[in-house]
Amino acid sequence: MKPAPVTAYTLVTALGHGLAAHAAALREGTTGLRPQGFETAALEAWLGVVDHVDEQRLPPALARYDCRNNRLAALALASDGFDEQVRRAAARHGAQRVGVLVGTSTSGILQTEIAYRQRDGHGALPAWLHYPETHDTASLARFVQAALALEGPAWVISTACSSGAKAYAAAARLIALDVIDAAVVGGCDTLCMTTLYGFRALELLSSDVCRPWDARRNGLSLGEGASFALLQRDDDAPAAWLLGCGESSDGHHMSSPHPEGAGAADAMRAALADARLQPDQVDYINLHGTGTRNNDAAEDLAVCRVFGRSVPVSSTKGHTGHALGAAGAVEAALTLLALRDGLLPHGLHCEQPDAALQANYLHQPQQRPLSVAASNSFGFGGSNACLIFGAAR
Amino acid sequence: MTALTSLDVTIAGVGVLGPGLRDWAQAAAVLRTPSDWTAAATVVPAPNRLPATERRRAGVGIRAAIVVADQACTMAGIAVDAVATVFTSASGDPETCHAMCEALARPERLLSPTRFTNSVHNAPAGYWHIAAQSRQASTSLAAYDASLCAGLLEAAAQCCSGRRPVLLVACDMPYPAPLHALRPLPDVFACALLLAPPGGPAGWPLMLSTAVRGEPTRCGNAELDALRRSIPAARSLPLLEALARDEPCTLVLDGDSLPLAVRVATRP
Repeated sequence: MKPAPVTAYTLVTALGHGLAAHAAALREGTTGLRPQGFETAALEAWLGVVDHVDEQRLPPALARYDCRNNRLAALALASDGFDEQVRRAAARHGAQRVGVLVGTSTSGILQTEIAYRQRDGHGALPAWLHYPETHDTASLARFVQAALALEGPAWVISTACSSGAKAYAAAARLIALDVIDAAVVGGCDTLCMTTLYGFRALELLSSDVCRPWDARRNGLSLGEGASFALLQRDDDAPAAWLLGCGESSDGHHMSSPHPEGAGAADAMRAALADARLQPDQVDYINLHGTGTRNNDAAEDLAVCRVFGRSVPVSSTKGHTGHALGAAGAVEAALTLLALRDGLLPHGLHCEQPDAALQANYLHQPQQRPLSVAASNSFGFGGSNACLIFGAAR
Repeated sequence: MTALTSLDVTIAGVGVLGPGLRDWAQAAAVLRTPSDWTAAATVVPAPNRLPATERRRAGVGIRAAIVVADQACTMAGIAVDAVATVFTSASGDPETCHAMCEALARPERLLSPTRFTNSVHNAPAGYWHIAAQSRQASTSLAAYDASLCAGLLEAAAQCCSGRRPVLLVACDMPYPAPLHALRPLPDVFACALLLAPPGGPAGWPLMLSTAVRGEPTRCGNAELDALRRSIPAARSLPLLEALARDEPCTLVLDGDSLPLAVRVATRP
């Protein structure tokens, strides 16, 4: 692909609100995960809960969209002046030429979960539930489009934990084909009973903090997050460049990765080909790295097969928790921060590195200029994505 | 603002399953003379392509999506492991969602692992790629009443930018009570289009643009048109009617906030 300018980006996770909080957390190796409950869930788990979501208010015109997921999205849109940058892009290109392509896995399902606890004697749902604007999977895209007064193509990509990464690929295609001139991409997912109890049912939710690449790792820690970026057709001095996108399927199993990471390796190779880069030109890889036994083992094999054992890699799930449909977007933003600051973040909570894993996993942050960095995202249903970004030049 | 370009693709295969529509062969005959269409509940057969374990675990939406995907690939004569896929659905799997919300409203909150796995919006895509033994790229979209148009635009964009065949599958299912009161979809509707770059397999040349003038095209039968308006995936019906007639025409596909202008030519 022709490199696409990333002209603005931001994120909100349990680490804090905006780029400065995240840059500091990566530098200092702090985690947003705590042993805590969420809403009415009292599970033995470490969760990455975002502060101040409940206090967030939506404008009256968007009141029907009010739910935790859209409140978190609103917080992210207002961070780092992102919404202002989008308004400038809309003024430049025309609102119809700015798309909204964003990822989520569960959207505002928490609203419906709460509503089901309040059904009346006939089983009817309470009148306050606005299903299309909150729980419907497309709610996030419609909310972001309305909040930013955009009129271009808008949809949600929902491919489980690769959703937020695949949003970048979809936008880059539409810009290259001249269907649009710019797009808001990214993703937002918030904690809910479905994913908390669902991952527990699958025995993938750790009672310990998640420990990607550790020999004792026994599951993931859930988090929530929102991250958005603005891609434009051209820009004189963008924040970074999207150089390539790779997408693939496992075609293997609904909830377990291919044991040798065959599909994951396909996605990484496709991203390299799309970016016209050789593996040794990539300076850092932000792993999917969930901390489950199977994911890390399969991803390690795939990374080593495609890139060899020397490229520095780490997972930032130990910082933020696994933000599911937003993870690809959150980690794209963390990868962009790594490029901006010349800081390779290290993986947290890996105290006894798994000797069976061969990749060059970072146990300490490294400070040095970076030119190219990749971000992996893999999801249920065997959905794989790899994004490659280049530093501002 | 620059002039909008159109995306040019070929429709090499079609699949359909809906009220009174069993498969493309039967549907094409009915849609040529829409007054012949009679309402009848959608019958979703068990897809042979799914391995036994997956067939047991697959709900109605997954089965419907796989049945129409197979129809389109068979008609195009294309190997199922050679096509990238775009799945689009407004509803996802509302039966699974309802069952999980009920279970989560009970004190013990016991979820079935299979139900949770099947609740992801890309479950039909995951099952299809397992059944097809395909590692090709796949995406799954939702855009409320614009879901069909979003899927068609994404599939055409992938086909044009990758110069490779792309299978579009649109599928929606009705919501059980009490969600049905908030989103009343009447029945299952699924359709699939196998899009190929021009110069590839034979089919109907299609030009797609987001520059739309005029009102959405209606179906040739009032009852069928009511179906079109009531299920997001059924917004494909005017296009399916045009393919059935095999006459050149220009349509506006109703996409809510994302209408599409579509020009269909006859098959060479």
